[in-house]
Parts: sequence; C-alpha cells; structure tokens
Amino acid sequence: MELLSTDREKITSEWIDGVTSSLQGRISKAEVDRELRELYEALVQGLRAGGEETRGDGFSEVRALLTELSRNRARQGFTPSETAISVLALKQALEPVLRNDSAEETTAYLRLGRALDDLALYTVEVYTRTREEIISSQAAQLMELSTPVVKLWEGVIAVPLVGTLDSARTQVVMEKLLQALVDTGSEQAIIDITGVPAVDTQVAQHLLKTVVAARLMGAECTVSGIRPQIAQTIVALGIEFGDIVTKATLADALQHALRKSGVDLVTHQDARR
Amino acid sequence: MTVPWASEAPPQTQPIIGNDDVVRSRQHVRAFAQQCKLSLVDQTKFITAASELARNTLVYGGGGAMRAGLVERQGRRGVAAVFEDSGPGIPDIELALTDGWTSGGGLGLGLSGARRLVDEFFLDTEVDRGTTVTIVKWAR
Ligand SMILES: Nc1ncnc2c1ncn2[C@@H]1O[C@H](COP(=O)(O)OP(=O)(O)OP(=O)(O)O)[C@@H](O)[C@H]1O
Ligand SMILES: [Mg+2]
Repeated sequence: MELLSTDREKITSEWIDGVTSSLQGRISKAEVDRELRELYEALVQGLRAGGEETRGDGFSEVRALLTELSRNRARQGFTPSETAISVLALKQALEPVLRNDSAEETTAYLRLGRALDDLALYTVEVYTRTREEIISSQAAQLMELSTPVVKLWEGVIAVPLVGTLDSARTQVVMEKLLQALVDTGSEQAIIDITGVPAVDTQVAQHLLKTVVAARLMGAECTVSGIRPQIAQTIVALGIEFGDIVTKATLADALQHALRKSGVDLVTHQDARR
Repeated sequence: MTVPWASEAPPQTQPIIGNDDVVRSRQHVRAFAQQCKLSLVDQTKFITAASELARNTLVYGGGGAMRAGLVERQGRRGVAAVFEDSGPGIPDIELALTDGWTSGGGLGLGLSGARRLVDEFFLDTEVDRGTTVTIVKWAR
C-alpha cells in the first residue's frame, strides 16, 4: 500500500507505458491511460480495505474493472498474455521504487507481488470464460446456418442433417422443417440422416416428434440415409420407428415422396443402356 | 468394479455439467474407440451407449463426470467409460432397466439399451449417494 502511495505519478506512467508498448499500439495510449488510472485508484483502495485478500470484498471494485478489461481484450482478439500483462506490468513499474534496499520494503513488494499475480490469474479466468461464451454463441449461429431446408420438387422438401445432433440443434432443425412445410405448402418431407454419426434415444425422440407434428399438419415424413451401423444400433437400443417410412438413400426417399404426391415417374431403362 | 485401464495411457476425465459436455464425452469416446480399432458398428454402438449414460448423468444425476480410456485384459484391447454422479441414486434398479420405463419424459431405453450395446455393463447405485455406470467394449 505504502509502495503504491509514494511516487504515484511515476509508477502509473511507467505502468501505462509498459502496457501500451506490449499491446503494440492496438489500443490507444489514452484508452490504456484511462483503464489503468482507474485500476490504480481501485487497487490502492482495495489494499487499504482488504489487505492482500484479492478475492475478498475489499477488492470487488478491482475485480469489476479487471472483468471489464479482460472481456474487452478477449473480444478484441488479444492473447491471454496480452491481457494478464495489464496487471503484471505494474510489478515491473514498481522495481525502480525499490532502490533503497530495506528489508521491510522488499517484504512489502513481495506481498504486493503475490496479490498482483493473483489478480493476473483472475484476468486469465475471465478471459477464458469470455472466449468460451464467444465460441458457444458462434456455435449457435453456425447451427442456424448449417441446417438448410431444401425444396426438391413441387410439394417435396428435404433437410439433410450433418454432424452431431444435440438437443438444441435438433430443435432448430425440426422447427425449420415444420415452418418450411407451411411456407412451401408441401405435403412430403424427407429427413436425411446420412451425415449423422450416431442416433441415440434423444435424437430418435426428436425425429419421432417431428414426424408426428408433420402428420398433424397433414404432411408425411420419410427418414432416409440410415446407414448399416446406425440401423444396428437403433435396433439394439430398442427404438421402434413404428409406421414411419424409412429408406436407405435420399434418392429412394425422393422416389417414394414423388409417387405419394402423384408425380408419374417413368424410368427410361433403354436410354440408360 | 476395477477397470483394467491399459498401462500405456491414463484414462481421461470429462466433467459432465452441461449439454455441451455430452457432445464432448461422445467425442472422447469416439477417439478411444477408433484407437483400439473397434469395427464401425461397434464404434457406433459404444458411442451411442456413452451418449445415453452421459445424458442420464446430466439429467438424473444432476451432473458428474466421465472417465474414459483404453483397457487391456489377457492380451485383449478395448475401450471403457465410467460415468459417475453423486445424485439421488436409483431406488429400483430392475425397474430402471426395464425397456420403456422412464421417470422423466424419455423413451426409457437409454439405460437398458446401453446395456445391450456393450460387452460389459456394471451399475452401482445407492439412494442419496449416487450412481456409477461402467461400460466396456472389446475389439474383436
Ligand atoms: N444417473 C442416474 N441417476 C438417477 N436416476 C437415473 C440415472 N440414470 C437413469 N436413472 C433413472 O432410470 C430411468 C431410466 O433411464 P433411461 O436412460 O433408460 O431412460 P430415460 O433417460 O428416462 O429416457 P431415454 O430413453 O431418453 O434415455 C430414468 O428415467 C431415471 O429415473
Ligand atoms: Mg436416458
């Protein structure tokens, strides 16, 4: 505490310089200046109130400021080191103050150092949490993107499912499918699961519910692309698809759907040979 | 049940706290199943069983963890996964293992189905203490 109160101006400007240069101008000095001066003030208050208990109440203001700083750094694409340096650079800025070698001062410096290390770790924690939030919100966006409902023919729509089907994603797919039935006035829908690596009871239950919902809307669903390993797994699990029409391939399913919707299919056997 | 983990690599632990962790558990298990050269059918069966148990751990056990890795017994190699929670436990094991019985809104096939999908299945549960399910599948 004493350490921070003497030579205040010198320490802060060293600190600000240190941080600014480590960020290589990607944040303006004025901004760093504002952030760090506020933080410095809070640190002094915190040390006065809460000693070195960085996770205690005395430091709640410091933690709030660091949370904001770390979140901003994470969003702006800085690395964890470039985030933690904001705190750690203060240790370096303090070194010149330590010139007169008294044991008391060294102890004080070490204790303050420990508190700062702890706060640096705190920034890394917040940083990581923020990155995780960013990743899961991107995953949510991807989920929206990666579930196209396509119109294969007049009256026939299909949704090709690719990748892992978690509950949230399946929900999105099913809602889109039902909406597309209304929008296109289709009476035949094909759910193709060729790209799905595993069908467990949850996925199966979502599939079953969708088929029932489609039926209530007067449409018929066909499930296609059930690969051999999936078929065997479904049977061993004990899932029954009841009277739901299933087809090996999307082509078979389309043929079935077209026939159902009254399109006359003529195979040109001779033309193929 | 002591799991005969293979000596060359320690099993990995995956916390099961959210829905994403069910997906992660499945991915770990897939990597191990491929590593011990399970056939595609056996891989899919094991991954599906793991998916069921991970979700039960989350939904009924209130969260927990999965340990998964390679196993070895008398020169045979395989993959194992242990799902552990300290939730409410299962009061009636036989009922829980009955096809179609669910205390929630499921199909009631996860537990009984998982048992059919693997080579070895151990269920250890005690009311108010928690549930541990261990599954093993051996490479042929
Ligand atoms: N880890 C657990 N802790 C407590 N109870 C459990 C646990 N796992 C399963 N159960 C109980 O056993 C029942 C049967 O489980 P099972 O997985 O077979 O069916 P479900 O999860 O209800 O439906 P689903 O077919 O979707 O899996 C559950 O409804 C639940 O009451
Ligand atoms: Mg279940």
